[in-house]
Amino acid sequence: MIPGAFDYHRPATIEDAVTLLASLGEEASILAGGHSLIPLMKTRLASPDHLVDLSGIGNLKGITVAGGDIVIGAMTTQFELIASEDLARHIPIIAETSRLIADPQIRYKGTFGGNVANGDPGNDMPALMMALGATYRVHGPDGGRDVAAREFYHGAYYTALEHGEILTSVRIPVPPAGHGYAYEKLKRKVGDYATAAAAVVITMAGGTCTSASIGLTNVSETPLWASEASALLVGTRLDKPSVDAALAAAEAITNPASDMRGPAEYRTKMAGIMLRRALERARSRTEA
Amino acid sequence: MTKSHIELTINGRTVEALVEPRTLLIHFLREQQNLTGAHIGCDTGHCGACTVDMDDMSVKSCMTFAVQAHGASITTIEGVANADGTLSALQEGFRMMHGLQCGFCTPGMILRAHRLLQENPAPTEDEIRHGISGNLCRCTGYVNIVKSIQYAAAKINGTPFQEAAE
Amino acid sequence: MNDQTRIDQDRAERTEKLQGMGCKRKRVEDIRFTQGKGSYVDDLKLPGMLFGDFVRSPHAHARIKSIDTSRAKALPGVIAVLTAADLKPLGLHYMPTLAGDVQAVLAEEKVLFQNQEVAFVIAVDRYIASDATELVDVEYEALPCIVDPFKSMLPDAPILREDIQDKMTGAHGPRKHPNHIFEWMIGDKEATDAVFANADVTIKEMLVDHRTHPSPLETCQSVASFDKVKGELTLWGTFQAPHVIRTVVSLISGLPEHKIHVIAPDIGGGFGNKVGAYAGYVCSVVGSIVLGVPVKWVEDRMENLSTTSFARDYHMTTELAATKEGKILAMRVHVLADHGAFDACADPSKWPAGFMNICTGSYDIPVAHLAVDGVYTNKASGGVAYRCSFRVTEAVFAIERAVELLAHKLGMDAAELRIKNFIKAEQFPYQSALGWEYDSGDYHTAMKKAMDTIGYKELREEQARKREAFTRGETRELMGIGISFFTEIVGAGPAKNCDILGIAMFDSAEIRIHPTGSVIARMGTKSQGQGHETTYAQIIATEIGIPADDIMIEEGNTDTAPYGLGTYGSRSTPVAGAATAVAARKIKAKAQMIAAHMLEVHEGDLEWDVDRFRVKGLPEKFKTMKEIAWAAYNSPPPNMEPGLEAVNYYEPPNMTYPFGAYFCVMDIDVDTGVAKTRRFYALDDCGTRINPMIIEGQVHGGLTEAFACAMGQEIRYDEQGNVMGASFMDFFLPTAVETPHWETDHTVTPSPHHPIGAKGVGESPHVGGVPCFSNAVNDAYAFLGAGHIQMPHDAWRLWKVGEKLNLHQ
Repeated sequence: MIPGAFDYHRPATIEDAVTLLASLGEEASILAGGHSLIPLMKTRLASPDHLVDLSGIGNLKGITVAGGDIVIGAMTTQFELIASEDLARHIPIIAETSRLIADPQIRYKGTFGGNVANGDPGNDMPALMMALGATYRVHGPDGGRDVAAREFYHGAYYTALEHGEILTSVRIPVPPAGHGYAYEKLKRKVGDYATAAAAVVITMAGGTCTSASIGLTNVSETPLWASEASALLVGTRLDKPSVDAALAAAEAITNPASDMRGPAEYRTKMAGIMLRRALERARSRTEA
Repeated sequence: MTKSHIELTINGRTVEALVEPRTLLIHFLREQQNLTGAHIGCDTGHCGACTVDMDDMSVKSCMTFAVQAHGASITTIEGVANADGTLSALQEGFRMMHGLQCGFCTPGMILRAHRLLQENPAPTEDEIRHGISGNLCRCTGYVNIVKSIQYAAAKINGTPFQEAAE
Repeated sequence: MNDQTRIDQDRAERTEKLQGMGCKRKRVEDIRFTQGKGSYVDDLKLPGMLFGDFVRSPHAHARIKSIDTSRAKALPGVIAVLTAADLKPLGLHYMPTLAGDVQAVLAEEKVLFQNQEVAFVIAVDRYIASDATELVDVEYEALPCIVDPFKSMLPDAPILREDIQDKMTGAHGPRKHPNHIFEWMIGDKEATDAVFANADVTIKEMLVDHRTHPSPLETCQSVASFDKVKGELTLWGTFQAPHVIRTVVSLISGLPEHKIHVIAPDIGGGFGNKVGAYAGYVCSVVGSIVLGVPVKWVEDRMENLSTTSFARDYHMTTELAATKEGKILAMRVHVLADHGAFDACADPSKWPAGFMNICTGSYDIPVAHLAVDGVYTNKASGGVAYRCSFRVTEAVFAIERAVELLAHKLGMDAAELRIKNFIKAEQFPYQSALGWEYDSGDYHTAMKKAMDTIGYKELREEQARKREAFTRGETRELMGIGISFFTEIVGAGPAKNCDILGIAMFDSAEIRIHPTGSVIARMGTKSQGQGHETTYAQIIATEIGIPADDIMIEEGNTDTAPYGLGTYGSRSTPVAGAATAVAARKIKAKAQMIAAHMLEVHEGDLEWDVDRFRVKGLPEKFKTMKEIAWAAYNSPPPNMEPGLEAVNYYEPPNMTYPFGAYFCVMDIDVDTGVAKTRRFYALDDCGTRINPMIIEGQVHGGLTEAFACAMGQEIRYDEQGNVMGASFMDFFLPTAVETPHWETDHTVTPSPHHPIGAKGVGESPHVGGVPCFSNAVNDAYAFLGAGHIQMPHDAWRLWKVGEKLNLHQ
């Protein structure tokens, strides 16, 4: 498996990168960690004429706490997400999810931005970003703009990102202290995409759920934010009927493909099972 | 396509080269630098046979373009033995604990284990198993690879290695 | 310290120094492998070497309307593009298979499976070769395809093999349909049918051993270098059987065999994948002969999984008849064997279904009958012995699942039923109903040791409690206990019934003792990770008293090694290991004559003592093997030719029959179908144990592959014949995280006919492991009335079992 030929560009600033992309046109692709793109290139499912490597742009890396938000640079790697003390303190579900992505080697190189931006429904971060209500910062020829994670995903590998735009950072509102969280991922083996996975972030007060947000991975053409299922939980004590109702609502919005991980009906049911388990674990983690 | 100039350090030696941008790091190492220790097993980034150490990270060199290694410092299996030519603790551990059979995954496995022990000098069995989960071995069933890494960790740490009873 | 103690201690020290049989000698190979200094085929770099790559069919079945190579040829760096039209004048567009069929090297008029080879591009490097494959324009007309082997012989089935459609007799007898390959039968049908007609209890089940792939970490690859001046071809390749490859290359190329030098360097795992001859080998050879420069071919993983050598795909209707007390009276099996588009099984030539007739297993079954029908489908060819002797995994799976089904029907404990039907130790050598003579065994002892060690009774009690808890709704987990008591048949084999293309399946060893007492020995086998360089030296060390560290073992170069049939089917130890011992004994016999001459005594006055001959009764008068070696070159006895070397071509009198008792404890989450192996215990009896460390390693590896095959390692096709999951992304190969921890144990029942009593072990764990995992899964659901659950047992399939049984709320 050999990739097709391309010209290589390594701009030093976001502005240079944006200018380059504009001048190179449709046949240019962005190279971040490369662990999604390079396999596609080796199987010739992608044959860009130009690669614009973002690794030379210094300020695309890093995790900063800004007011009530955390901002993560697009080139921050999964390894760095796992190692971050700020994330461990404020949004521990990010590290929990990162640990379930691919394998150690890929987590050293795989970037947060690449994971959320490339539109692969098998990626784990997008559903989590939807659940957390994150906002993506995008730079293009016309300057910068923000896109809500929940508005970003339109189809498999098809996102709100226009050609020539670069996702540069993600802003995530820090969930309230004492929130409960869990990312439950069913997979056949390390390195595999999820058969189904669920991200849950909840808050509880006096045994009652005061907020809930659910994301689902790899059970549709796009990552899913299960808004109705989330809403069904708020105000309940997460008793079995309420959870059952939320599961039914979550399963109803799935539309998975049948593949080696299992037929569609199985993956839909597994989305429900993962959600049930994530809710149980999230509740056990709330400090109410 | 325009060739790119790269300069990097491989096993402590500075290397300069002109490469076609699409040249994969594994091919650059194997074919242009004659470092054939790292292997290609799967072509898709799942088997880890091509693992090398790059800037203190374990990297799959068949999922990396040589141009991405510009400015990097790389260690391959050829650079792992002790300065006096004797086997390193990990190499010795793999031999003593029968952590290899056909040898094809071994260079990648040792490089990965090397980085794991740098980050976690005394890993548990579970940590080792997760730590090497980006490397497939088709021969050993992993039990003895785990022991090999435990042996090396003990040797490096100067602690006694007790082979687990069956 | 008295004299005897001193003598014993001295002898023990000298024995230890030899590092001979029975010790955990560290591997010689590891010095280079741990330093990245192995030399595998793709490491080879020759001046002027070109690189070949295939254009492959996107269709499973299609007529080729046209092939246009002009755009590819115009690409700078492309040297040549070969198609069937180029090979046909040379008679090389088809090659013979080991199974008596022919196989297209490059497709001529039709393609018969997805990714079949259509054209071979040769370019200055692998990047340009890959680019050029995209520029070969092939026009296809898609044809209806056959994916389901049960549809192959329907009256209106499309005819796949037009090249042989008029040939109604194949290599193994008459063909019933153009898509039929052979029917093979053995056993007493009439007597078997009669027992079934009158039996108290019978069971009948379709047991599917699904299509999978051996998938060694190194793919198949070759480098061919033809010297036009000398007319000599050197071929490096991933060959488990280099000598056979040399003969095949000679037969198909017309080059004299002595002008072909085949070299198998270090091989990155084989598992049966590297026994056969593939289009890539032939095309690299043709390319080099035509162009006069070396041509390299390296498979990528997608090509490997989808074209070279699938395994299994056996659909086995399996029946047992028994008394109500549980005595098995008869076995009847019909197999539908899906061989893909060409019959390229790598079995001994007279055995189209391999040794499937070992399917009566470890049990004393008076009568049996087996019939196998092989059919063509639009899938890749192969049917290789994947980490097993020929079709033995399939056979053992059939009997070991069948006894469980019988136990369930009888309401008997599955271990008890086995024990009741075991062949008894005193019955060996045992004649099986389907024609084998089992050499030795002590099944009852092995089973008892295994059951005691694993705590079988307690496990069944725990299981009973868990089943009650499950029924009460207190747990969502099912506990399964898997048992497998397998008997393998390895070490092919006696010339009377085993040959490959007419060459008897002997193997060989040549040992040379140098004047200074060090040794080089060469064998006709070829290690792919089994550690031959270490273990053969141990055999020689023990036999002739020279330290293993002073013995170099070399394999894989057909110019220097004696002819042998290669390494597969666990035949290295039973056959070449025997040759090694016999050759060593020839040397020892000559050494004894030399020693007698040196010590001026009669040969009969000498006795062997670890590493020396000494005069009986005069222990201080001796000559060490090292001294004898020098004398052999310096002052041999009068009338004796100098030198000290021997060669042996060993034709085994019988196969060997390793056996073992395996137990698996599994917990299954019914809501997800995820099965977790809590414990796996493997007791192996492989006869005499040469290197316990290596045996343990072989068992670990074989169990891991068994685990993968049973739980999800599958090559699937969709209805259009598209191969699914032909990458390590989708193909289930477990990492260290999923792989269970393995416990090993052993008993020792030597083979009576093998010079050192060894039986071979590399494949036992795979053969015994697959049914053990499957039995654990089946056992978990059995009390709920699940019936037989087909492999592979991946999570979604087990979840569907739960659906069928209404286990999900």
